[in-house]
Amino acid sequence: MNPFDYERAADAAGAVTIVTDRPEAVFLAGGTNLVDHLKLGVAEPDLVVDINRLELTEVKALDDGGLRIGAMVRNSDAAADPRIRRDYPMLSRALLSGASGQLRNAATMGGNLLQRTRCVYFQDTTTPCNKREPGSGCSAIGGYTRYHAILGASADCVATHPSDMAVALTALDATVVVLGATGERRIPVTELHRLPGDRPDQDTVLEHGELITALELPPPRPGASTYRKIRDRASYAFALVSVAARVDVDTAGPAPVIREAAIALGGVAHKPWRAHAAETVLRGAEPNQETFLAAADAELEAAEPLDGNHFKVQMTRGTISTVLAELTAASATTSESTTEDTHE
Amino acid sequence: MGHSLHLTVDGQEHTLVVDSRTTLLDALRDRLGVMSAKKGCDHGQCGACTVLVDGRRLNSCLALALTHDGAEVTTADGLAPEGELSTLHRAFLAHDAFQCGYCTPGQVCSAAGMLAEAADDAPSVVTDDLEGPVELSEEEIRERMSGNLCRCGAYVNIVAAVSRAAEESR
Repeated sequence: MNPFDYERAADAAGAVTIVTDRPEAVFLAGGTNLVDHLKLGVAEPDLVVDINRLELTEVKALDDGGLRIGAMVRNSDAAADPRIRRDYPMLSRALLSGASGQLRNAATMGGNLLQRTRCVYFQDTTTPCNKREPGSGCSAIGGYTRYHAILGASADCVATHPSDMAVALTALDATVVVLGATGERRIPVTELHRLPGDRPDQDTVLEHGELITALELPPPRPGASTYRKIRDRASYAFALVSVAARVDVDTAGPAPVIREAAIALGGVAHKPWRAHAAETVLRGAEPNQETFLAAADAELEAAEPLDGNHFKVQMTRGTISTVLAELTAASATTSESTTEDTHE
Repeated sequence: MGHSLHLTVDGQEHTLVVDSRTTLLDALRDRLGVMSAKKGCDHGQCGACTVLVDGRRLNSCLALALTHDGAEVTTADGLAPEGELSTLHRAFLAHDAFQCGYCTPGQVCSAAGMLAEAADDAPSVVTDDLEGPVELSEEEIRERMSGNLCRCGAYVNIVAAVSRAAEESR
């Protein structure tokens, strides 16, 4: 590990100022990803600004019925928060499917969004990687690609975003609140992460020194929702494919109709992938297997699997249709039994 | 550059000066001679370094020591003060859940942390009803212990031990 200076920030504005003024400085939150990168030589900052004492640890109700979650709330605390469990179960399940109990106790909501790819070539500094060292090449293309992208990748990078939480936030239309040297700005989570293009080294649209201070969730929406993760072992592994979905079925007419659907995919792209094409097919359609597969196919039309991950196309297709079948059944049951409390 | 650090480890107070790069695990083992927490993978993947920090289980290999200045750290050793075995230790003994000694201290700390989380009704990904009380089924125990890996295949006994400890501390 290279030597670095260490400072403990007293408040968010102070943390932003310190990092903004030092081009090679970084924020340290839970450390579950950054400390590993310091050891591996993937990150070589000259200053680490510890933000663990910042009072960004509140989960509070918003006037519009939504929820604001401080960036330093630990993943395990967010997953166990009664309001998140009740109103945003998809988020709770996504958080709980990530990492291990120990890691979730350390990891933070802001840090989770900014964790970097687990592409083995990115983490191995002896191999070329455009994300780690722009212009050096991509070792994954033609290499081991089981965990790599099938959507939105480029000739420069095929890495995937590892977060489960971010996939749920994407389906929930969350907003990321960011503090920078010139003030606060709000970024829809769908616009936070970038596709690789020819600058895979830039994971997000954040400027150096910008600090995530909170996540905001819109008011809970009707329908049934869930998070489904497919991985190589039963627990404690990154997603091969994951699906966060919410579906609201209208059962008032002669045949049930899908009123609204929100779907995001994990493990398939450089960012949490909002499945707009699938949603378009679902909206107004009858909930049946044909519709579900047509929705999945519409989204996967653009898929460009690599030599080692053709299976992910079928796996994504199957997971989408399975999840939609479960959710439309659950949503139809819910809207028959109650018209009011249809949070899930 | 050295930074002053204060830690309470298994009930003993320590003040030391550390390099900014020092992990909590290295501070425990190399600086304080507390050998209960083990260094396995050193990348947060095996759980051998698990300790309780202010009562919560963490991977000490991925924690910078300075981040935890002022913290109360409990290792598996500290869970048995003066050699007085806890319910959990006894359950591990009764069920032959001890392994080579490398991953056991982490397993014990992880189990202690996990039992406290379950007692608070914190859900896991296999909990059917996110809002309901937590019943520590074998499936729940396996999921909640999944951050601790070993290569010797004695998991089944660990599940039995944790299950017994959960019943006894109810």
